[in-house]
Amino acid sequence: MYQLGNLVKELSEKHGKSRESLMPILQGVVDQHSYLSDEAMVEIANELDISAAEVYGTASFYTFLDTKERGRYVIRVCKTITCAMKGKNEILQTLEDMLKIKVGEMTVDRQFSLLESNCIGWCHKAPAMLINEIPYTELTPEKVVEIIKSYMQKK
Amino acid sequence: MINLSINNQKISVEPGTTILDAARELNINIPTLCNHPDLCVAGNCRVCVVEQTGARTLIAACAMPVAEGMDIHTNTLKVRNARKHIVELLLSEHRSDCTKCYRNQKCELQSLANEFAFGDTIFLDLVEDHQYVIDRSSPSFIKDDSKCIRCQRCVRTCTELQHISAIAVANKGMHQKISSFHDKPMSHVVCTNCGQCVNRCPTGALVEKTYIDQVWDAIYDPDKHVVVQTAPAVRIALGEDLGYDPGERVTGKMVTALRQLGFDSVLDTDFSADLTIMEEGTELLTRLRKTLVEGDEKAALPMFTSCSPGWIKFIEHKYPEMLDNLSTCKSPQQMFGALAKTYFAQKKKLDPSSIVSVSIMPCTAKKYEADRPEMRSSGYKDIDFVLTTRELAIMVKQAGIDFRNLEPSHYDSIMGESTGAGVIFGATGGVMEAALRTAYEIVTGREVPFKNLNIMPVRGLEGIKEASIKIENCTDDWKFLEGAELKVAIAHGLTNANKLMRMVRDGNSPYHFIEIMACPGGCRGGGGQPIPTNEEVRTKRMVAIYAEDEHMELRKSHDNPDVIAIYEEFLGEPNSQLAHELLHTHYTEREAY
Amino acid sequence: MEKRGLNKVDLIFEEIDLKEVLTAAYNMPQAEIIQKVLDSGLKGRGGAGFPTGLKWKYAAAEEDTDKYIVCNADEGEPGTFKDREILDRVAYKVYGGMVLAAKAVGARSGIVYLRGEYKFLLPQLLEELVKFHKLIGEIGYDFSISYRMGSGAYICGEESALFESIEGFRGEPRNKPPYPTKSGVFYRPTSINNVETLVTALMVIKHGPESYSQLGTKDSRGSKVFSISGDTPSPGIFELELGMTVQAFVNEFGDGDTKAVQVGGASGFCVPRKRFEDTIIGFEGVPTGGSMKLFNSSRSMYNVLHNYLDFFAEESCGQCTPCRVGCQQLLKGVQKVKKGEVKSIYLNELVKLADTMKVASKCGLGQSVGNAFKTIVENFREEIIY
Repeated sequence: MYQLGNLVKELSEKHGKSRESLMPILQGVVDQHSYLSDEAMVEIANELDISAAEVYGTASFYTFLDTKERGRYVIRVCKTITCAMKGKNEILQTLEDMLKIKVGEMTVDRQFSLLESNCIGWCHKAPAMLINEIPYTELTPEKVVEIIKSYMQKK
Repeated sequence: MINLSINNQKISVEPGTTILDAARELNINIPTLCNHPDLCVAGNCRVCVVEQTGARTLIAACAMPVAEGMDIHTNTLKVRNARKHIVELLLSEHRSDCTKCYRNQKCELQSLANEFAFGDTIFLDLVEDHQYVIDRSSPSFIKDDSKCIRCQRCVRTCTELQHISAIAVANKGMHQKISSFHDKPMSHVVCTNCGQCVNRCPTGALVEKTYIDQVWDAIYDPDKHVVVQTAPAVRIALGEDLGYDPGERVTGKMVTALRQLGFDSVLDTDFSADLTIMEEGTELLTRLRKTLVEGDEKAALPMFTSCSPGWIKFIEHKYPEMLDNLSTCKSPQQMFGALAKTYFAQKKKLDPSSIVSVSIMPCTAKKYEADRPEMRSSGYKDIDFVLTTRELAIMVKQAGIDFRNLEPSHYDSIMGESTGAGVIFGATGGVMEAALRTAYEIVTGREVPFKNLNIMPVRGLEGIKEASIKIENCTDDWKFLEGAELKVAIAHGLTNANKLMRMVRDGNSPYHFIEIMACPGGCRGGGGQPIPTNEEVRTKRMVAIYAEDEHMELRKSHDNPDVIAIYEEFLGEPNSQLAHELLHTHYTEREAY
Repeated sequence: MEKRGLNKVDLIFEEIDLKEVLTAAYNMPQAEIIQKVLDSGLKGRGGAGFPTGLKWKYAAAEEDTDKYIVCNADEGEPGTFKDREILDRVAYKVYGGMVLAAKAVGARSGIVYLRGEYKFLLPQLLEELVKFHKLIGEIGYDFSISYRMGSGAYICGEESALFESIEGFRGEPRNKPPYPTKSGVFYRPTSINNVETLVTALMVIKHGPESYSQLGTKDSRGSKVFSISGDTPSPGIFELELGMTVQAFVNEFGDGDTKAVQVGGASGFCVPRKRFEDTIIGFEGVPTGGSMKLFNSSRSMYNVLHNYLDFFAEESCGQCTPCRVGCQQLLKGVQKVKKGEVKSIYLNELVKLADTMKVASKCGLGQSVGNAFKTIVENFREEIIY
């Protein structure tokens, strides 16, 4: 569950309290918790003395700064043209079947969220996906099964 | 100076001038939409694109500074095609139910469509692709994203003028929208209901919540006695929505129109503004006495005025630790409301339950204020309906009244008398000036030492104003103030208020008394005033307010005969027990988002 | 028409003695560095192609003690991955290019804005940075670099949007002028350069402008790194001399059945087979930030177009009307044409819309959406309709 604790305070001590600290602080919270809860955004707003709507407005501009609840491992399957040409749909189908969720959803144990993403820069090794920040490339359904299994064992 | 040519006409302008402003000097009209004179340049709607000879792309006239030798054309085929496309694109993401829209014929997008986009629709409807939910949660206004064209005027207003940012731009691309914090209802966030965004919205995406039909129902109900009060700033702005130029005073005609509309008693908020001065002035002097003589630390100074409900909600959200510094006085609207269903009902021998109390305000926050649970000290909802200046103009039109040819008339008696002090409540610095006119006289027995009672340092357009008055030769009761220098400050617009509040919070304020109005310019620039409202219009309205004051026979609140009468007959003295029950209130700490 | 053949080059990834190059540069007058870069004819390698030497000259001319060098590593153009490869393999040369730029314009602070998708590279990049700071300290440079991360927004590759993002705001492009060299990050004079541009400039100083400008054509000097993907037997990173025709490129990288090459990514141009021979890859023909995608005859160009438009509808910042609404109209329009819900003639209206977006949008994103749209619709109209 989401235990915010002193995280925002620690991040603001590290990055400062000016407006330019907002991105690193938002990124720091997402690194820990996969997404930004309302509570976290309000606390960031208070810490930087800006409005909560501003924090939300900024976060929601950036695809990776999710304001919806996400699992511990966020899977982002690239959907841009080369990956789409080279079997992205098959990869997605494999993931949906394995995790028993649809794109945009999170597993009930809150371990995995499955999302699509725009080009992640691995077109020469398509199809590709990110799990949190780690890229996985030249995917096949078999490879995907192995990768997800290894994450499931990390629990 | 920079030399350029626009539509083959030569012109020299100051460096930094935009092409838009240079064109205006030549009386060349370039259409705009996201541009607003009160706000920073956005350059995002692109309606104002013009062609610069030699440039690869068109340029936004509002955002492009002039350069030496520029050759600008505002009406080429390329410009016209682009403009038509841009207006058509905006229409495609805008729910165009114009004939039913509250802003019909008062919509800037509609005007542009009228110029550029008549005939067959080019583009596909995009409104159907979004799941829009209309936010009606605020008692003051309605936010309808399906009519929003993302010009961001509202966001810039909320940020630049009001320092609130209750709304911000959220998401990107096709999902971009204007949003409160995480899409929460507007009634649940820091929004002060000031309505400045409503005043600047070019379409019907942000409109006041109207209560016109409810008021008509009351008027037509034979069992109801409908009392109406009009705020000071309404009389100097109403004309703008009825064909007059800004700055025309229409007080007498407005009173006649209200009678013709069918209101049973036509009374004046200026009366309760004068009453506010008696209550608030006494409160200030009491706080000064407690602090200076009795050493009571709880008698918080500086004291803040409490007339502006947008400001009240702002401090409740943002500086709750300073709520004790707020005057406990209700706003003039609410004082009036509490008295209408008590004192006025007794005098007129009316059953208070049969009274419907309506107020005409330059303000949308007043709608919210009337709904606050504290505002029921008469035993009933003190104010039943609040209409803006704009809504009154609509009613006048609905009733087919020939406003221009009306004979002026006077307010009814009992709560209809006013003084110049009450009138100037409508301008920033006005409450302060009115309070000083009275307080100084109470303390010294003499009139304030300013020519014609005009306390010029508290007037004007500056965001934060300050003044001080040396108190000398006090009467016996007030000897403790002998030689003291009363320091006051005034802020209007919540961005300025916030600056002043930081000074106070950080212990850097030398002031005893601070007047704050939520809206730029004070009530004359209120969110419920005619559209457009901008610096030029606000200035004209200000001149009108002070002219109204100068023309009044009585200039000081304590000279108001209706005020003298109500203390004699009903309230006793200022800050009496009954006055506290009916005319004072308390405040609530609110969440910070 | 000046043409070049397909010539492989080894410049960007060439291992060099950084200390030697930077020591030489340290002793060069500011103006000399700028002149060499000007002489080389180097144009920005991010895609927009502004002459690098000129950018440095403008920034150098600003009187401000607080100037910035920003390295644009927000490589987001679909089909481009060369900057990742450069950072992965020769980050020290990127840093070297930054300190060179700093010396040229008189800046003491550098910022690398790295796209969030490449965050996995950050630890090794920071490790390399420690070594770099030590090295330039020894030479005597007063310059330091810090990192800022993106978080998944294509538009932040636009320079002023990137500044907004660094400053903690939504990545919405600013009105221009003022240009970055006058008012960039933190509203200070800024030279913002692409990863590859910085490395190329460093190599120009190492090898001299003459040898560099011998490569390429009059309008497109030198070589550049291409990111090659799609229907090709050899996808990957290749450094090639500029000025080759698309035909020469296809001869080398095609699978024998190439029907179109998308040059410059989603914001670039689609070159159909009939134009391969007379289209030069470079600023005189089809410019590219490096993205080259090959499509063979099994591919539906409708799917390609739809994919790009979907991308832009999501990645537009949403600020200006032509781009925000235009992208949605183009997308919905081609969908309806495909489904037969509107007449195919409607494509003509959409082409006109693409023209408006090109001239009336606030920034380069909206201005370039029409490139792919028009070139695909004009060349593959049947595939869009049927």
